[in-house]
Amino acid sequence: MDTISPTVFNLIIFVLAIYVGYHVVWTVTPALHTPLMAVTNALSAVIIVGAMLAAALTESDLSRWMGTAAVALAAVNIFGGFLVTKRMLEMFKKKDKPAADAATKAGAHK
Amino acid sequence: MSLNIVTLLYLVASVFFIQALKGLSHPTTARRGNLFGMIGMALAALTTAALIVKLADTKAAGMVYVFGGLLVGGTAGAIMAKRVEMTKMPELVAFMHSMIGLAAVCIAVAVVGEPAAFGITAKGSVLMPVGNRIELFIGTFVGAITFSGSVIAFGKLSGKYKLRVFQGAPVTFAGQHPLNAILGLSMLACGIWFAATQDWTPFIILTLIAFVLGVLIIIPIGGADMPVVVSMLNSYSGWAAAGIGFSLNNSMLIIAGSLVGSSGAILSYIMCKAMNRSFFNVILGGFGQDGGTVVGKQEARPVKSGSSDDAAFMMSNAETVVIVPGYGLAVSRAQHALKELAHKLGEKGVNVRYAIHPVAGRMPGHMNVLLAEAEIPYDQVFEMEDINSDFKQTDVVLVLGANDVVNPAAKTPGSAIFGMPILEAHQARTVIVNKRSMASGYAGLDNELFYMDKTMMVFGDAKKALEDMVKAIDNL
Repeated sequence: MDTISPTVFNLIIFVLAIYVGYHVVWTVTPALHTPLMAVTNALSAVIIVGAMLAAALTESDLSRWMGTAAVALAAVNIFGGFLVTKRMLEMFKKKDKPAADAATKAGAHK
Repeated sequence: MSLNIVTLLYLVASVFFIQALKGLSHPTTARRGNLFGMIGMALAALTTAALIVKLADTKAAGMVYVFGGLLVGGTAGAIMAKRVEMTKMPELVAFMHSMIGLAAVCIAVAVVGEPAAFGITAKGSVLMPVGNRIELFIGTFVGAITFSGSVIAFGKLSGKYKLRVFQGAPVTFAGQHPLNAILGLSMLACGIWFAATQDWTPFIILTLIAFVLGVLIIIPIGGADMPVVVSMLNSYSGWAAAGIGFSLNNSMLIIAGSLVGSSGAILSYIMCKAMNRSFFNVILGGFGQDGGTVVGKQEARPVKSGSSDDAAFMMSNAETVVIVPGYGLAVSRAQHALKELAHKLGEKGVNVRYAIHPVAGRMPGHMNVLLAEAEIPYDQVFEMEDINSDFKQTDVVLVLGANDVVNPAAKTPGSAIFGMPILEAHQARTVIVNKRSMASGYAGLDNELFYMDKTMMVFGDAKKALEDMVKAIDNL
């Protein structure tokens, strides 16, 4: 019997991952759609894994510099994406300021 | 470290990535989710570094390049994340999409140059299996389109570049669609050529065509449709990552790429729905240009206008106030003045809430972030579906710099925006609208709401008007 091509396995993972992604993303609250986009930017920068291989293991100048450039580009997204998401999510933290509390309470009172 | 362990660690990282998205279901769990994402990413990078050290035997010196790239890119990313203003978030996101696209192209070039280094072929052999060539072709062209498309989107969003393609107005010309089709087909032909021969020539040509296509696809789309474009490019960047994952046989890249790809696709769908437009309609473009002519025909109709003092008086005597912020609010940086006003009203015992339309702002969820930045508690902020039924019982609705999203014409059959979901501000007892002028919104339609008997217009800059209202309440 033939061996199964790795492409077929990849395709299985691909289809199932889309399925997971579809269901997970619909649970994201609309208020957090902007952080969602920022964090997905950081996640797709996981291609840094391929970039690292290209930068470290290749021998020709072309491949090596392409790899190094890709590491730098992906790193921009990893650091930028996660940190800006963190910054946005901090803003959604409940503030313990008495002022805000008073406003909420007055609102709830009615 | 065996390849099995490497792959299993990649699996763990993938699970962390899914958790990162799952955390975003609520603001309280979101920060932990983001932490999961960072851990997953660190795990992925460290595992790869360990793999490199093992594979490189004596040549671990290659890691110098990795660290160099990390240092430069990481520093730039961290500085941007720290400095960016929240109103500029769409530009930042578009910029980051372009990074992914370009990185995908760079990796693909490196793979074509030396497939053996990635374990795709045996050492010393350069000819890849046809399957990998096709996957590389897909990863490259999606990456290239993502890159150049995002650059155009970035320019359109920032709006400060003189170049015609960076202007908000759509760029259209005769034969645009046939040209795109010809380019697309020739790119496909080059892809087949590349798959058959693994030659550099078709690879370079197809990459260049894809760069041009990315530009041509985005230029006919108007500034108003940018939320869809940004979401769409978000999706593309994910597919590009997945394409690279396919060609490197790396399941983690495929998983992360598919998560991002489906996320962007869902956001595009939500945005299209909120604007009442089909996805193809947005992509084929040309919506923004036919709006301008309609407006000129309208005769001037009388509206009731009042001062900030009147508005302040009405709101402080109300029991319930709903505030509808639009992008005009963010443009005049009035979020903090708005918070001040809401706070003053709250002190007077008025129930203040905020109603957010899905396309308020310039990207999905943008307005929520802008309000959160002004320290407005998220439990006072409501999505359209959650608050629409409450408008009937609302004493005063304050519309700030929003237009199309409160246009009751969306309920009238035959109107250009018929069927578009709107915030039903017209149901409230009194409506106060702050706008700079009577100019129409993106859809180029007159807004019936402004002419209603119960509506009072307060003309002027949102920030100035809000500050005046705060002062007026103090003096009451």
